[in-house]
Amino acid sequence: MLVRIAGNLARFVLSLLAATLAVFALMRVLPGDPAAIAAGENATPEVVAGLARQFGTDRPLPVQYWDWFSGLWRGDFGVSYVTRTDISPLVADKVQVSLILVTLAMALALALAIPAGTIAAVRHNRPSGAVISAASQLGIAIPGFLLGIVLVSFFALRLGWLPANGWVAPGVDFAGFASRLVLPVIALAGVQSAILVRYVRSAVLEVMHEDYLRTARAKGLSPLGALVRHGLRNAAIPVLTVTSVQFSALIIGAVVIERVFVIPGLGSMLLSAVANRDLLTVQSVVMVLVALTLVVNLLVDVLYTIVDPRIRAAAQGER
Amino acid sequence: MSEGHEFHGEPLLRVENLGIAAGSTPLVSELSFSMAAGERIGLIGESGSGKSLTATALLGLLPEELALTGSAHLRGFAPELFTAGDKAMRGLRGDEISMVFQEPLSALNPLMKVGAQVAEVMLVHRTVPTRAAAQRRAVELLASVKIPDPAQAAGAYPHQLSGGQRQRVMIAMALANDPQLLLADEPTTALDVTVQSQVLELISAQVRERGTGLLFITHDLAVVANMCTRVLVLNKGRLVESGDIDTIFTAPAHPYTRALLAASDISATDARGRLFTVDTAAGYVPPALRTEVAKEPAAGAPERSVRPAGDGLITATNLGRTYHRARIRAFGPRPVVKALDGVGFSIAAGERVGIVGESGSGKTTLLRILAGLDAPSTGSAVVAGTEVAGASEADLAPLRRQLQIVFQDPMGSLDPRMKVADIIAEPLLVPGHKLDARGREAAVHRMLGLVGLEPESASRYPHQFSGGQRQRISIARALVNRPSILVADEPVSALDVSVRAQVLNLIADLVDEYALTLLMVSHDLSVVRHLCDRVIVMKDGRIVETGDTEQIYNNPAHPYTAQLVASSLELAEELAPNP
Repeated sequence: MLVRIAGNLARFVLSLLAATLAVFALMRVLPGDPAAIAAGENATPEVVAGLARQFGTDRPLPVQYWDWFSGLWRGDFGVSYVTRTDISPLVADKVQVSLILVTLAMALALALAIPAGTIAAVRHNRPSGAVISAASQLGIAIPGFLLGIVLVSFFALRLGWLPANGWVAPGVDFAGFASRLVLPVIALAGVQSAILVRYVRSAVLEVMHEDYLRTARAKGLSPLGALVRHGLRNAAIPVLTVTSVQFSALIIGAVVIERVFVIPGLGSMLLSAVANRDLLTVQSVVMVLVALTLVVNLLVDVLYTIVDPRIRAAAQGER
Repeated sequence: MSEGHEFHGEPLLRVENLGIAAGSTPLVSELSFSMAAGERIGLIGESGSGKSLTATALLGLLPEELALTGSAHLRGFAPELFTAGDKAMRGLRGDEISMVFQEPLSALNPLMKVGAQVAEVMLVHRTVPTRAAAQRRAVELLASVKIPDPAQAAGAYPHQLSGGQRQRVMIAMALANDPQLLLADEPTTALDVTVQSQVLELISAQVRERGTGLLFITHDLAVVANMCTRVLVLNKGRLVESGDIDTIFTAPAHPYTRALLAASDISATDARGRLFTVDTAAGYVPPALRTEVAKEPAAGAPERSVRPAGDGLITATNLGRTYHRARIRAFGPRPVVKALDGVGFSIAAGERVGIVGESGSGKTTLLRILAGLDAPSTGSAVVAGTEVAGASEADLAPLRRQLQIVFQDPMGSLDPRMKVADIIAEPLLVPGHKLDARGREAAVHRMLGLVGLEPESASRYPHQFSGGQRQRISIARALVNRPSILVADEPVSALDVSVRAQVLNLIADLVDEYALTLLMVSHDLSVVRHLCDRVIVMKDGRIVETGDTEQIYNNPAHPYTAQLVASSLELAEELAPNP
């Protein structure tokens, strides 16, 4: 088991290294010299060259890469070519916001989807199961921003129970932080849970037909007892896979919801940086997103190893 | 108690007019029987005869969509079983009635240690006071079913045990609470022969020792003869005959029983040297009578006039195939598994050779290499003039025309979305064949006739056929481009006994007609004995013995071969008078 986790870690580090190279290379391939952009359209070549020297973009690429890479190592993303401010504290802020939003949304989505999907599977040939399945189909079809707008117009504008938008750091005003989080988290979790219900349902349905569940019933366990004791952990394996993919997609996918609720997250930061042609900020945010995705994958791999003993000893050499 | 079914006092189990139906289709009807305490009854029948449904109904676990009628009473349990309701039945299941299933790997939870799975059944019924006591008792039970190092095995997951050990775990679990009634549904069908006989012995010893009533479900008559005192024969959901083992097997009254007996007795052949089938069963003499009358020379493959001659059509020299497993320690070497190790032999054109051995013996790997589906790690194999080792796909083209395969599973090996005509014609589409569409159609029809299927079959899909018919389609596909070598990987092990004999007869006929060289892998020694002139016995990736079939059977030189021969249950031997 430890061997496998060590292998996962090694793969994670290698992927991260490869990602820094790929992200750096991609940004250099894009057209537009950062110095020329920063200097403006009417700048003389001398001004541009001066800026390039100041930014360090006149140095050979390997040197620039090493400079950026060694900065990353210390958590220093450098100074934006456009705003001339330090990128790192900004990114740190936004990562915190995005992670809080996405993690809570995912947790809520799972908390809704696991029971709902299980019920839909257990009662797949009864009306209540069909209703859940139909609701999840509908939920997938409703875009998150629409749900967000509906929630705002009802709970914030009509009833006035919750603030319509904005963001307060939890350390500053926890009640304000929490109340501002409710609607965006629900808006984000809605679609996710609708998607997850389908996967949970099919995973549980599949497990229900497994022989070992029949064995559990033959031992004298009740249908529900058999499912809970023997079924759910087995069903968790495919659900875990989908959750990890969805989580990564959600971090960047949250950008629309961030716009609707005026939340300063990573997605918003990335979009405005792209619009401003702020190359180094784009590069930094993309790098953070890639790193987060890799971390999620690493966590899921480790979870697999804990959940499934067969993975711990899986033979790999079989063609 | 001279006869098992005449007993005094209250029976252990009394089933009356059991009926199971799916909508308006009856699956089991009017089944009545009773079982005395400690009696061992065999429930035999082919797939679809309703034998598994019967056991499932007794356990109260029939799927909801099936309608259940009739009644069943268990001694010491007041309510009638079929109407008792799930809550009451839960108290019985695993406690008074328990069950051992066919496939032990899928019947055990893959994510739970086997000790905990055995302990659970005691905790559910509170037959032990504490969790720790349940764990201790589980280890004792694992010891009683003769699992080596039971304490360690209790901490293992199912995938870490062998097939036989897993089934022993299932048995330990079923017997944990000393049930009155044990239902065993084909418990050894998925196991190797030598393991099968050990597991049967274990079940037999355990139920005798505890006085447990046994309802043993199987399609294999030799197993019933070995395990049970009384037999119920089911056909299409109806009880066609019941009685003592001796009566049923020596004087079967019902034609179906006789047919089943004839088809499963692979040591008997009719006047033309062919196996008895359901259709030709009228001329069959049950083995018990046969041995009483005289030693008939009927056993064994018919003597063939043409003896193979000439050089080896298939020559393997020092063949090896190794696989690498995942590392156990981070920087240690990757463990190597030798699936094949220094295998060498030569097969002449026209020979019929059987490869026998248990799962993991390397027999399937060997077939895959000879068929060009896998590459050997070392050594060389020349098949019909083509060197397989290191060959590219283009190099293998002549081999693909010369050698065709019939696989074990007729369900999985036919593309469900292709019509039968397209399946059979596919080998004709390889480059080099000059047949046009009409020529291919003619070839398909000729092959369908040859394997005994209707011409209309051509436009149907595989799922519209039974297992035996599908295997006929596989054979037609294999022979359509007139190969010189036919490779068959367990061709009848997924088939019912009555169909098995027909398919084996068909293979024998076609091998003669097409002058084929036959290479057949089987775990079933009697099948190999009937069809093959020569046998290669494999164990752990090596050939342990090879020679003339009859000689190997009558005089096995290697201890492993002797063990294989001894473990194989044959009807005639099982019915021989017990000492």
